[in-house]
Amino acid sequence: MVVGKSVARIDAFDKVTGRAMYTDDLADSRAYVAKVVRSTIANGWVKSIDTSAAEKIPGVVKILTCFDAPETRFPTAGHPWSTDPHHQDVADRQLLTARVRYYGDDVAAVIAENEVAAAQAAKAVKVEYEVYPFVLDAQEAMADGAPQLHEEFPNNILAHTKMGFGDVDAAIAEPGLIKFEGWYETPVVQHCHIENHICYAEMQGGKIVVVSSTQIPHIVRRIVGQALDWPWGKVRIIKPYIGGGFGNKQDALYEPLVAWLSLQVGGRLVKLDMSREETFANNRTRHAIRSHITSYVRPDGTFVARILEAFSNQGAYASHGHGIAAKGMSSFAQLYQCEACRGDAYTVFTNISVAGAMRGYGIPQAMFAGESHIEDIARGLNMDSMELRRKNMIPVGYVNDFDKNEMYFDSLNQSIDKGMAAIDYKRKLAEYQNQTGPVRRGVGMAIFWYNTAVWPLSLESSACRMVLNQDGSVQLQLAETEIGQGADTAFAQMTADVLGVPFENIYVVSTQDTDVTPFGTAAYASRQTYAGGFAVKQTGLLLREKILKHARELTRMAEFNLDIIDGNIVRTTDGRVMMSLGDLATEVLYSLSHSEHIVAESTYQIKSNAYSFGCCFAEVEVDIPLCKVTLLDVVNVHDCGSLINPQLAEAQVHGGMSMGIGFGLSEQLLFDPKTGKPLNNNLLDYKMATTMDHPDLKALFIENAEPTSAFGTKSLGEPPACPVAPAIRNAVLQATGVSVNKAPLNPHILFERFKEEGLI
Amino acid sequence: MQTQLVTCTINGKLTQTVVDTRASLTDMLRNDYRLTSVKKGCEVGECGACNVLIDGECFNSCIYLAVWAEGKTIRTLEDLLGPNGELSDIQQAFIDEAAVQCGFCTPGVIMTAVEILGMGRRFTRDELRKLLSGHLCRCTGYENIVNAVEKTMNKRLDG
Repeated sequence: MVVGKSVARIDAFDKVTGRAMYTDDLADSRAYVAKVVRSTIANGWVKSIDTSAAEKIPGVVKILTCFDAPETRFPTAGHPWSTDPHHQDVADRQLLTARVRYYGDDVAAVIAENEVAAAQAAKAVKVEYEVYPFVLDAQEAMADGAPQLHEEFPNNILAHTKMGFGDVDAAIAEPGLIKFEGWYETPVVQHCHIENHICYAEMQGGKIVVVSSTQIPHIVRRIVGQALDWPWGKVRIIKPYIGGGFGNKQDALYEPLVAWLSLQVGGRLVKLDMSREETFANNRTRHAIRSHITSYVRPDGTFVARILEAFSNQGAYASHGHGIAAKGMSSFAQLYQCEACRGDAYTVFTNISVAGAMRGYGIPQAMFAGESHIEDIARGLNMDSMELRRKNMIPVGYVNDFDKNEMYFDSLNQSIDKGMAAIDYKRKLAEYQNQTGPVRRGVGMAIFWYNTAVWPLSLESSACRMVLNQDGSVQLQLAETEIGQGADTAFAQMTADVLGVPFENIYVVSTQDTDVTPFGTAAYASRQTYAGGFAVKQTGLLLREKILKHARELTRMAEFNLDIIDGNIVRTTDGRVMMSLGDLATEVLYSLSHSEHIVAESTYQIKSNAYSFGCCFAEVEVDIPLCKVTLLDVVNVHDCGSLINPQLAEAQVHGGMSMGIGFGLSEQLLFDPKTGKPLNNNLLDYKMATTMDHPDLKALFIENAEPTSAFGTKSLGEPPACPVAPAIRNAVLQATGVSVNKAPLNPHILFERFKEEGLI
Repeated sequence: MQTQLVTCTINGKLTQTVVDTRASLTDMLRNDYRLTSVKKGCEVGECGACNVLIDGECFNSCIYLAVWAEGKTIRTLEDLLGPNGELSDIQQAFIDEAAVQCGFCTPGVIMTAVEILGMGRRFTRDELRKLLSGHLCRCTGYENIVNAVEKTMNKRLDG
């Protein structure tokens, strides 16, 4: 069995030798280069565009403006399409727009023979605007009289999502309750995958073929079809290796535009390569969310009622919209139990860059708010925060009414125990009490809630194809994409075990091509090992059945006495190898009487999903005069079910922890309050963690095999990023006694708080 | 457009090509020589994805003009593979330590590792972190990258 073993990634050789091909590596040098002309105002209308100077630049092929582009509006979120109009994503994007809604909006595009001409021409395009006032803050945007972004959404409210159970008003009438209230805020951050978004398009064979750095080829195909108002079958999307995605590429970004641009120059090859600055400002970001939490608690720490108000900054267009705040609210309602709960989440348009999916999908924000709040309550009650958590945490046996998710195991307590031991929590907690002096240490922790996949909110289906080669090896195809996380390797491991074929004889077709690859909705919601696992298992069993039928014919033995073991047809009654799978495949394929190409293909619709829990422990040193936090130690513990590949799982947790550290300590995308212009949309001024910014990262696991899963596994992609920032925040609280309710805990924000609290 | 002939040694081979004088070394290596391991992540010297060795020293090739390569010896990741397809020790270590995920930063990081290992000195883990800090990676948290470099360094020094 190879599932559960730390085999090397199947793409590692190509990636360490430079042979792995990414979008730009595949783009032909004859491609025209496109460049988007971006608005230099944050809100208003394009009155006119003068392209005359730009057109004179040698090498310019064509300039298209918002006045040339069709009016068609399309949604961009990388969600499965819903045939129910009430559940479809908001269609508010145009290929190019005259109605500018954020600084950098797409008002025109230049097509040129080379990059230099394209860049020069984009600068030379003169745009005249009717300038409107703009608004950058979600709550300010909700106020009456605030600048409006979309006519159909009064007060800029894209969605007001409600949640609740029990009677909060009745519950809080109980005498003796203690009320705790806090505001918590997380910033706009960006995915910062090292490969920027890039795509190119050309007409081939009567279709528009788009090669793109995307996580979701089949979804992008649908969106390109919608945007061009073209039959979806005339759109072909090809996804090669991609240099990271983290949710940014779970949106149709510029694939619709590049496809349209190609059509404007006779279907010729056009490439649209985002700069780093554009990737920051003109792709997607993580929603900044401001949360207001009120808890009513008995003196013994029992939660009675809890109220959440969340204000989620959507930026200029709907993208994934309310889904992010809604998921955060689900965690609020479930992670800690109480009699009554009420939540109101407002997802609000503002004139900043568009927020979409980003690793955690609302949970990193919700955990920062929720886990900070828990720590504040514990302090208020003079109670150990771990005791407070354990007292109120989602219990074993909990079943959610809506999605039927069940808490099968005591994952949270097990994770906490493991994490406490790993970081020597109790000893350090005691040691760091009552410190004085300018440099102090602290430990803190946070737990998290996560939910694998999206059933029953959206379609969950995954299709798989397996093809038996003449030598007994197998090609495997899935729509679930390799985006760096190791999905291809995990699927190969699963396939090897289901079929009884050696791991090295499984060949994954890593590239998705919507003309060839079976349908699936691909990389998001940490769904792929869970969702793809079903498709692999079902298809593998079909292929096995076909193989064993042929084996019966060729060996004359009963099917039920035959098995496939290590690539051979084996008689189970005595363990005799009857023939190799290769001999069988060759014999069947070249049979003069009934030749057959042995393949299997099937779609599995998943009608379940699975909780994923865990926690983070952090130890910090705070230099109070410098307002600087140094992370000394950090441990994540996850119950993601059975590990398919422990080494890759651990590696994935490291990456998520690093992203969480950045979220907690240094990352924020800022916008100029005077102009709305992004201020630090580059990798120098935006502070993502480097090798110097964190200690060694420890990833630990609790392996409770998920009962609903094909391979006992559940989500791990996003969860590691969820609990880290609040764990750091709580460690800083222990060190200094100061609750910092705004991330990142960088010197600017710490200075304000330390000053308020009289520390400096 | 001004052009200039650039003669240099790339991965052991003496080469010549005419470049636009404004072109970066990244452009020349990718476009003229199809050395696609040289990745573009920012094109302003922030991320390290385009890192190559020039006369034994690491540079972000995106902010190194192609014309400056005149007379230089340049090594890219493609040069590390042996004649029969053998991986170098550092490449193998990246595989063994699971230091590769999306793989986009990998070529640049490995070339810095080649420079570090070439110094023949035993660095502490903190020193290695500093030496590798010119590279941004969003997948790995750098943990296994540091492990791969450290283990290869120790293996070479301890024989």
